[in-house]
Amino acid sequence: MAAAQVVRSEWTKIRSVASTVWTLSLAVVVTVALGILISLLSRHEFDNLSRAERLSFDPTFVSFAGMSLGQLAMIVFGVLVVSNEYSTGMIRTSLAAVPQRGTFLFSKLAVATALAFGVGLATSFVTFFLGQAMLGEHRAALGDPGVLRAVVGGGLYMTLIAVFSMGVAAMLRGPMLSLGILMPFFFLISNILGNVGATEKVGRYLPDQAGSSIMRVVTPVDDDTPYGPWGGLGIMALWVLAALLGGFLSLKKRDA
Amino acid sequence: MIEAVGLTKRYGAKTAVYNLSFQVRPGAVTGFLGPNGSGKSTTMRMILGLDNPTSGQVTIGGYPYRKLPNAARQVGALLDAKAVHGGRSARSHLLSLAQLSGIPARRVDEVLGVVGLQDVAKKRSKGFSLGMGQRLGIAAALLGDPQVLLFDEPVNGLDPEGILWVRNLMKALAAEGRTVFVSSHLMSEMALTADHLIVIGRGQLLSDMSVKDFISANSADFARVRTPDTEPQLREKLTSALTGAGGQVLPEQDGALRVMGLPLPRISDLAHDVDVRLWELSPHQASLEEAYMRMTQGAVDYRSTIDQKAGLQQPLPPGAQPPMPVPGQGQPGWYAPPAPPQQGGQQFAPPQGQPPAGPYGAPAPGAAPAPAPGAPQPNPYAQAAPQAPVQPVATPAAPAAPAAAPAPAADLTKSEDAR
Repeated sequence: MAAAQVVRSEWTKIRSVASTVWTLSLAVVVTVALGILISLLSRHEFDNLSRAERLSFDPTFVSFAGMSLGQLAMIVFGVLVVSNEYSTGMIRTSLAAVPQRGTFLFSKLAVATALAFGVGLATSFVTFFLGQAMLGEHRAALGDPGVLRAVVGGGLYMTLIAVFSMGVAAMLRGPMLSLGILMPFFFLISNILGNVGATEKVGRYLPDQAGSSIMRVVTPVDDDTPYGPWGGLGIMALWVLAALLGGFLSLKKRDA
Repeated sequence: MIEAVGLTKRYGAKTAVYNLSFQVRPGAVTGFLGPNGSGKSTTMRMILGLDNPTSGQVTIGGYPYRKLPNAARQVGALLDAKAVHGGRSARSHLLSLAQLSGIPARRVDEVLGVVGLQDVAKKRSKGFSLGMGQRLGIAAALLGDPQVLLFDEPVNGLDPEGILWVRNLMKALAAEGRTVFVSSHLMSEMALTADHLIVIGRGQLLSDMSVKDFISANSADFARVRTPDTEPQLREKLTSALTGAGGQVLPEQDGALRVMGLPLPRISDLAHDVDVRLWELSPHQASLEEAYMRMTQGAVDYRSTIDQKAGLQQPLPPGAQPPMPVPGQGQPGWYAPPAPPQQGGQQFAPPQGQPPAGPYGAPAPGAAPAPAPGAPQPNPYAQAAPQAPVQPVATPAAPAAPAAAPAPAADLTKSEDAR
């Protein structure tokens, strides 16, 4: 069976369920709205900042502040794309129609990834421009060094978060279990690990913390992070690959 | 052609299927029977490559399913009606399956018409009833015009029209030379649909033979004869006459006689000769259901018992009769035909003078199994009638007579897809 046909079929599947539209539009709205809000607040707070903080002020990164919440919607999107098959029983129909499980999984992931990338990239650009508009005189321009990389990186970051969730969901199958692990992890645990001194050095190798360095343009003053923006995204990509491999092996070996 | 060799599946300590070997041949409807939990669905899942066998293998056309080239065009399967994403419309669901093998969208609308779902094609399948879900599943199975079709409990939840349609559809598909493998726990349904039967219990093969052989091996046809209640001596007279003519006669609970080994006209002639009037002379076939239940009796995992309603029972108002027990319930031996009076049949004898039990009200053992929801008629004997009128005792009625196999003119519209 040609992979192109499976991709077409997966495209039909993904656009014919409401959860796709809901989760993706939620990701856009939350990221953009929160980005605007925080940019606006930062502009008013700027004069109260210390000298070090002013030197570290990264207008690009500030406008992406909404991604910390928006990524949760991306996680839900990624989880539902895969685990819907299991929770509804559709997986039996799907695998009976496409017995080549690798073809099935990677076609599904390809479609969902492309969609997530399109939405993520658009979100990234919109939130950047609106955020900068709110920042007034502190704004950065797309042509400034590193800014375009950060904005495109924002789209990549959202995509990778979604793909990571798909891999985890392929391993865990159930939507409740997958969301129950991923949501608290990215919303709380990763933040705690990254901000507590003792675990900070471990925390920055977690997928979201490493990956989000792609969106930084200005390096903080006392920064000792051992990787650069692309290095951070690379670390995140390794996490994603591991999740995909786990998901693939799980689908391949286990009974559906 | 589906071929299983030494198929075994264990889930942890539980063996769901053990050393199952069988062949499903093209050009016939093969029924796959077994009680709940006997391993039918597990076997189906292994055929479709959803579960990996612990040992043994099963192939379709010589290939294990996962190696089958263009599986969607070769094999169509209805596994369970709810194996769909409820938020997706029926048409989108089928379209996504069609696109897998380059089937045009036109074909999707075609099969929606075939199964009668065209009016709800754009509706989410979440709101579908079980029967509509079954129709959607059947549509998915027919989509690729496959040579091999598997249906797991296809008539569950269907209305009588749907059951008849499925029955004719299966036969029409088989008549075109396709391989049709249908699982069911309803023997009465299979008796009307299948040409060949594979019966399993507790995951093991119990029987693998044609329906015709199954009938002749397992059925006991008989006639029920009733003489006037008012004159018991007539009954004795007839009994001796029938026995003398080589028949076997067994008295039934309510005074009727069960006669085996004599055709109906002969019984009538004999009665006439000895000058005995008859109130009833009716042909009966010890149903395949009975034979099937006897066969699987030892292999039933989940057996219902009488609900004792401990602590819930209201004292009956004075004068009220306790409800009659449903024949067959909690009575493992009840279906062994024919039932001599002392063999567990006592409880079915209605107390004399009880209003609901007229002379014809006594439950016959074979008529007792509670029909599944949607079964067209509760009486397995009655089902056999339209197919092949029950002949006198000597000729066992063959419900799945080959004559019925070529699509009858009546279902031209329904089976159009299959051609």
